[in-house]
Amino acid sequence: MNLGIGVSVALALAATASVGIIAVTTERPPIEGVQRGYRGTGMEQVYNPRTLAALNVANKVPISLPSLGTAGPRAGAVYKNVQVLGDISVGQFTRLMVSITNWVSPTQGCAYCHNTANMADDSLYTKVVSRRMLQMTQHLNIDWRSHVAETGVTCYTCHRGQPVPANIWFNGNGSDPTSGVTQAALGKNHPSTPAGIASLPTDPYTPFLEQANEIRVVSQTALPTGDRQSIKQTDWTYALMIHMSNSLGVNCSYCHNSRSFTDWSQSSPQRVNAWYGIRMVRDLNNTYLNPLRVNYPANRLGAQGDAPKVNCTTCHIGVYKPLFGVSMAKDFPELGGGPRP
Amino acid sequence: MAEYQNIFTQIQVRGPLEMEFVLPRGSSPRTGSLGFSRLLGWFGDAQVGPIYLGYLGTLSLIFGFIAFEIIGLNMWASVNWDPVQFLRQLPWLALEPPPPAWGLRLLPPLAQGGWWLIAGFFLTTSILLWWVRTYRRAVALGMGTHTAWCFAAAIWLYLVLGFIRPILMGSWGEAVPFGIFPHLDWTAAFSIRYGNLFYNPFHMLSIVFLYGSALLFAMHGATILSVSRFGGERELEQVTDRGTAAERAGIFWRWTMGFNATFESWHRWGWWFAVLCPLTGGIGILLTGTVVDNWYLWGVKHGIAPTYPVVFPPVIDPLTLPQNFPGGVR
Repeated sequence: MNLGIGVSVALALAATASVGIIAVTTERPPIEGVQRGYRGTGMEQVYNPRTLAALNVANKVPISLPSLGTAGPRAGAVYKNVQVLGDISVGQFTRLMVSITNWVSPTQGCAYCHNTANMADDSLYTKVVSRRMLQMTQHLNIDWRSHVAETGVTCYTCHRGQPVPANIWFNGNGSDPTSGVTQAALGKNHPSTPAGIASLPTDPYTPFLEQANEIRVVSQTALPTGDRQSIKQTDWTYALMIHMSNSLGVNCSYCHNSRSFTDWSQSSPQRVNAWYGIRMVRDLNNTYLNPLRVNYPANRLGAQGDAPKVNCTTCHIGVYKPLFGVSMAKDFPELGGGPRP
Repeated sequence: MAEYQNIFTQIQVRGPLEMEFVLPRGSSPRTGSLGFSRLLGWFGDAQVGPIYLGYLGTLSLIFGFIAFEIIGLNMWASVNWDPVQFLRQLPWLALEPPPPAWGLRLLPPLAQGGWWLIAGFFLTTSILLWWVRTYRRAVALGMGTHTAWCFAAAIWLYLVLGFIRPILMGSWGEAVPFGIFPHLDWTAAFSIRYGNLFYNPFHMLSIVFLYGSALLFAMHGATILSVSRFGGERELEQVTDRGTAAERAGIFWRWTMGFNATFESWHRWGWWFAVLCPLTGGIGILLTGTVVDNWYLWGVKHGIAPTYPVVFPPVIDPLTLPQNFPGGVR
């Protein structure tokens, strides 16, 4: 072949661009597919062993401290101002306090929440928040077994050694500025982190995980019967679903048969679990997290002055079951986890 | 001759500039500079210009430019007029149709989709003017109007998506946003909302003609290049005076699959496949939401969606069960 210099340069540029695009937009093999549904339905999960190895390291479960027994005087009788854990033994209470320090503030220590001169003092906001978080954990483990089952949760499920969990959210993150005569802000058409940088809504949490807007958008009848769910509304549900997919590190088909996303009879049982999860998160945000707004200092609040809230990622952090389903709560019955007595 | 069997045209014919026909009475003067381009010569004819713009072309470009500006400026406004963010986020930015609450209001507030309607008007006018132009230029050259009708098929799909179907649905909000990623996300959301477009038979046909067009084009390009050493690229001559190139190309396909098109009929195959792709696609879009609301259920009803053996324990919609928890069941 007798190519001119121009052709060679053009081909070289095209080749470089192609390699660049492939390198930054795709994942290096190997890819392992795990079939879950009936063959031919495409209901399979796709994993990369490298990603799984990293997740395994990130989800190493800390060893629970040995039990100090349930006998002896009650914590509420020995210590002052014990509002939530008053009826457990001093041994259980001490073990739990040390565990919480390990889980939530390992470098900051007891003083992150306590006035060490007077441990009963409520002057630090972190102590007030912690008390509410203990109640929330108990509520989760006792009243939301439809989602957390007997596995349950502990402070570590979300905190992972940090005083503030890594994955929290605030209202209207990333929404665009309001403008006068030009198109009003729509909360979408910017790179959406929850939706895997699609141009879908940037905050699908507020309408569904705080407010109780309709998530179901697919028509339930073959022919039109007055269903007015719109394509625009579908964008919001779509963004929420991608958030769930990203949070759990699973494909859509973990829960759905993609031939008919809406059909429960073709879905996996995990979809029911996820359904309860949405209601659980909504309950936690409204009952426990939003009311704490008055207790937080300004630097803990969002741009709109709202309290930090939870979504699916807060606990799951990329894994289909937080900590790959290892139950830490069973070692801490005072948090409400484990088998029912 | 082997030079023709390459991705790029290796032969660049350089003679005196062709001044083409004398235009019919009433035509506008041609504009644009005359010259040769070596780069363009690799891909096509090396001669560039003159272009026939005329009043239709000029108006079309003006209308198109106005639409382009309205869309672009609204996109820029959505990143608070930040030029860096405008470039970085450009593929994500969009000008959206009005929210469904505005129904078919002819001019909702500019910030509430009014700009979308105005941009749509200018873009549609521009496209229709350009269509008339392709028709008129073909007639002026004494050609058939096949290109114009091809273009009309694409315009049909465009009008169904952004004009006809929204009117039938009673809401501009059903239309497609102007934007690179947003119009793709719209496509996905459209399919989800209406129960999986893959069960829409007209969508199936459209895909057949889309992929079919690509296949036919590949077969055609390969066939003609492979007989170019026998003068096969002079296709039209071979139509009326079949030479060894046409004979060999025909025999090749007859040997490989038992049937062959002719140098003339082949182009009808290509033309119809290309035209039928947006034509059938437009019908499929038009029926969605107006006649059929969930294509998967429609497919079940008409026996085109098979039932698979159950592999999971029975799953029941939890919303249909009695629930007792705080925060609302929905």
